[in-house]
Amino acid sequence: MAIEMLGARILSPYFGGSLSVWGSIITIFMLALALGYLIGGRLSTGKPNPINYAIFFLGAAIFSLPVILFADVVMEPIFLTIEDPRYGSLFASIFLFFIPTSILGMISPYSVRLMVESEEHSGHMAGLLYFVSTLGSAAGTLGTSFYFVLWFEVNQILWGAVAALTLAGCVILSAGYTQKLKRANETANYGKKRA
Amino acid sequence: MERSVHRIFYHIVILVILSLLSVGLWAETIHEQRSKYRDITVTQVGERRCLLFNVHRGDRNQTCMMVNNRDLLVFDYTRMSFAGLLLQPVPENILVIGLGGGSIPMTFADMFPNAKIDIIEIDEAVVQVAQEYFYYTDTENMTVHIDDGRPFIKRAGIRGQKYDYIVLDAFSGDYIPEHMLTREFLDEVKAIMNTDGVLVANTFSTSRLYDHESVTYQRAFGEFYNFKLPTSGNRIIIAKQGNLPPRGDLVEESRRVAPSLEKYGVPLTDYPRRLTTRVDWDMSRRELTDQYSPGNLLRND
Repeated sequence: MAIEMLGARILSPYFGGSLSVWGSIITIFMLALALGYLIGGRLSTGKPNPINYAIFFLGAAIFSLPVILFADVVMEPIFLTIEDPRYGSLFASIFLFFIPTSILGMISPYSVRLMVESEEHSGHMAGLLYFVSTLGSAAGTLGTSFYFVLWFEVNQILWGAVAALTLAGCVILSAGYTQKLKRANETANYGKKRA
Repeated sequence: MERSVHRIFYHIVILVILSLLSVGLWAETIHEQRSKYRDITVTQVGERRCLLFNVHRGDRNQTCMMVNNRDLLVFDYTRMSFAGLLLQPVPENILVIGLGGGSIPMTFADMFPNAKIDIIEIDEAVVQVAQEYFYYTDTENMTVHIDDGRPFIKRAGIRGQKYDYIVLDAFSGDYIPEHMLTREFLDEVKAIMNTDGVLVANTFSTSRLYDHESVTYQRAFGEFYNFKLPTSGNRIIIAKQGNLPPRGDLVEESRRVAPSLEKYGVPLTDYPRRLTTRVDWDMSRRELTDQYSPGNLLRND
């Protein structure tokens, strides 16, 4: 949501502040999330593991980098070829935001799969997850529009989001790794006992 | 006890009736229109017809016109917008960002029938209302474009188009849109100005944003003329590329040009002494850029 709020700010120098620019951004975010949910859910059906899960976070962080580093490079040719700011902003949103947002969308269904241990608890866990993620969205929206833009530059806020995603990815990786070690130890012990 | 309650009740009823009457007397609404961006209201009191945006939020008049004397400019800030003529008395290419009731571009068209005038207005409903209620019409030399000011100016820069006189008068909601307050935007504006071209920007003199705006304009243009009148809450920024002319020239120019502005009610000879380059803002304030432009948040402080 923080990135979505900044989206309008990033596009406005090229496509202005008309209502259609907001429309483009929200549309692309929704489409990207929808696709992300679908793919994330599909990926979770096999053997879900924390490493894949961490890759989503790190991937989203990496694919957010072009928004910071190459926004002008992406928007300039679109601005030059498409005169209509509605379609200009739509295409710019696709190129800048679609990939990172759809990767972020994969996180939710995958989290449900990782957290759910029994069928009985699945609804509970999904509810909890929606609660946390929507609360996070609200916090991101409020924080960005009320305070962050006053304190920081747009790119600094984006770097913050990238850092947060990277940190989350690394925490999950290390947690997954210790879990794996533990399990390996357990099987080793089990093997010893049998022997 | 009961009596006093009754009395209060009657007082309230009388107050309500009076206020309804006074509203009816002061401003008769002759047109209301909802657009993509705002509610547009046209009111008329006697011969004075006004265009208002978002009346329900208590916004002030956007622009007014005397129906019986259409040449007359009613507001200080519209009159002040012509102070740029002191620096550029014969503009051939004019750009106006923000149509409103169209009084500024129509005055230009009347004064300089051969000048090419481009007007940028984001809201097509405003254009309709200006045409129907404020006698605005496109002419061979004057065209209104439905677009956001920023992309239009960026494109004009790429095309290599130049203007002699640019008026920035774009307001959305409370104030100037944030992407038209930044250093990058002003650099784009500068790129479409002729070497002897002038920029006239309508801003508000109150609010903390005043300091940030002044710093930003100064970084983009160097010294500029600050133009305020005691009767108006507007501050007009008059900027050009390179050095500003000495004040003596302005006085001379004002005497020369003033007669042609008389019928519009612009007291041009009063203006030169009001133009100042004195810094009356906090220079330590941060410049506004595309990266940092929390305009509306700063206004609340």
